[in-house]
Amino acid sequence: MPDLFKPIRRLGHAAVERIWRLGFATRFLFAILQHSGMAFLRLPLLLREIYFSGVLSLVIILVSGLFVGLVLGLQGYETLQRYGSTEALGVLVALSLTRELGPVVAGLLFASRAGSSITAEIGLMKATEQLKAMDMMAVSPIARVVAPRFWGGVIAMPLLAALFSAMGVIGGWLIGVVFIGVDDGAFWSQMQASVDFRYDIVNGVIKSMVFGFAVALIAVFEGYDSAPTAEGVSRAITRTVVTSALAILALDFVLTSFMFRGTS
Amino acid sequence: MPTDILVDIEDLHFAYDGRPILRGIDMRIPRGRVVAIMGGSGCGKTTLLRCIGGQLRPSGGVVRFGGDVVSAMSEKDLYRLRRKMGMLFQFGALFTDMSVFDNVAFPLREHSALPEGMVRDLVLMKLEAVGLRGAGRLMPSELSGGMARRVALARAIALDPMLVMYDEPFAGLDPIALGVIGQLIRRLNDALGATSIMVTHDVHESLAIVDYVYFLSEGRVVAEGTPDEIRTSRDPFVHQFVHAEAAGPVRFDYPAPTVGDEFLGGRRHA
Repeated sequence: MPDLFKPIRRLGHAAVERIWRLGFATRFLFAILQHSGMAFLRLPLLLREIYFSGVLSLVIILVSGLFVGLVLGLQGYETLQRYGSTEALGVLVALSLTRELGPVVAGLLFASRAGSSITAEIGLMKATEQLKAMDMMAVSPIARVVAPRFWGGVIAMPLLAALFSAMGVIGGWLIGVVFIGVDDGAFWSQMQASVDFRYDIVNGVIKSMVFGFAVALIAVFEGYDSAPTAEGVSRAITRTVVTSALAILALDFVLTSFMFRGTS
Repeated sequence: MPTDILVDIEDLHFAYDGRPILRGIDMRIPRGRVVAIMGGSGCGKTTLLRCIGGQLRPSGGVVRFGGDVVSAMSEKDLYRLRRKMGMLFQFGALFTDMSVFDNVAFPLREHSALPEGMVRDLVLMKLEAVGLRGAGRLMPSELSGGMARRVALARAIALDPMLVMYDEPFAGLDPIALGVIGQLIRRLNDALGATSIMVTHDVHESLAIVDYVYFLSEGRVVAEGTPDEIRTSRDPFVHQFVHAEAAGPVRFDYPAPTVGDEFLGGRRHA
């Protein structure tokens, strides 16, 4: 007789497994915070990770930002032209980037470029017993390996998002002003008048900080928790990219619903 | 406990996910000796080593290191204790993003405030001890298996530990590297005045360098003795292991139904 409860049991098992991992990740976050002293006291460790997560992600962030800005410029001009307000192109490009596209797209790119690399590095260190060796040498792997990578990611992400938005604005200006011929003065002055520092830019920066925190935590956790085999590390990298993408989009919705309620 | 015993293990039990791995181990490792723990794959040798180093908490029994109970220590005390221990991992476990020099310097830089000039001298001395003083600038990816093992050994003894633990130090080495590592283990142990515990299943190389041997099977000590006693032992387990025989108390085949049941079972029931 077929076991009718098997699917329900499997569903329950999967749910318990997810909740257990969430609890483990929370405890892991507390362990990172507890062991973060070394990361800040020994600045070369932190600077190295900011370099690997931030500086080495610059090319993909800047080029993507430029292309997103170019597309925004084209699409925005197309739509604004219908209403005869093409001089508002600068506002459209800047608001889209600072509020949404900058933090979200930079976050997604950061997860793919730096997050996956952090997971792979920690996972391979675990698979080749480097973390165990460090622990046997009385050096905490969480303090020496995990915390600097976590904070490196947290610090690099808002800076990358800001650079992404800046490049996007340049892309929009290139298309709108240089190629299509929108008035240069109107482009910048409308942008300056309509983009609010506190409401638009600070909120965008807060978003990118939250995304950076989430992606960095997911990346270090998945690496540290990976099965110590080639397949285990590969699965962990996939989980980092997928979970980070979902976390960014879900968090973006939550943050947007709190930050922007049409009151400006 | 007599003061000449460095590691004292009493009725040690360890279970993983409810599956018993160690089932009542008793061992006493005297200071200054090189002791081998032998047994087939999966018999609990490495688990025992990790219990001694405090990386695994036993489910029963006691591990003492120099009189301190390792199994009851806080993380802080464990870290203090581990500065007196060195461990050589199976494939070296060198930090792949650091050069040979930086790998050996790692424990010195982490645990001492020595000036860089002194760190350099100490690292070169350790590398000289394993015959690799000229390899400081190489990266781990540029080393052969035997060289990587020697660098890891130099790193394990960087802080002049009281106890050096070796996890399968001979695994995957060619006969020359195997002999070199074996002699190094003995020579360094005597020169440092340290104590060594070596987990291995390489019988002949180990018997040539160790003072005492414990045989483990299914989580228990099934035989022990000096190398000479082991060589002449009539114990069926030791005999099978030392002479690498397929037949004996240790099963080579994984448990399975009988051949008749496996191949003819379906037809017989038809």
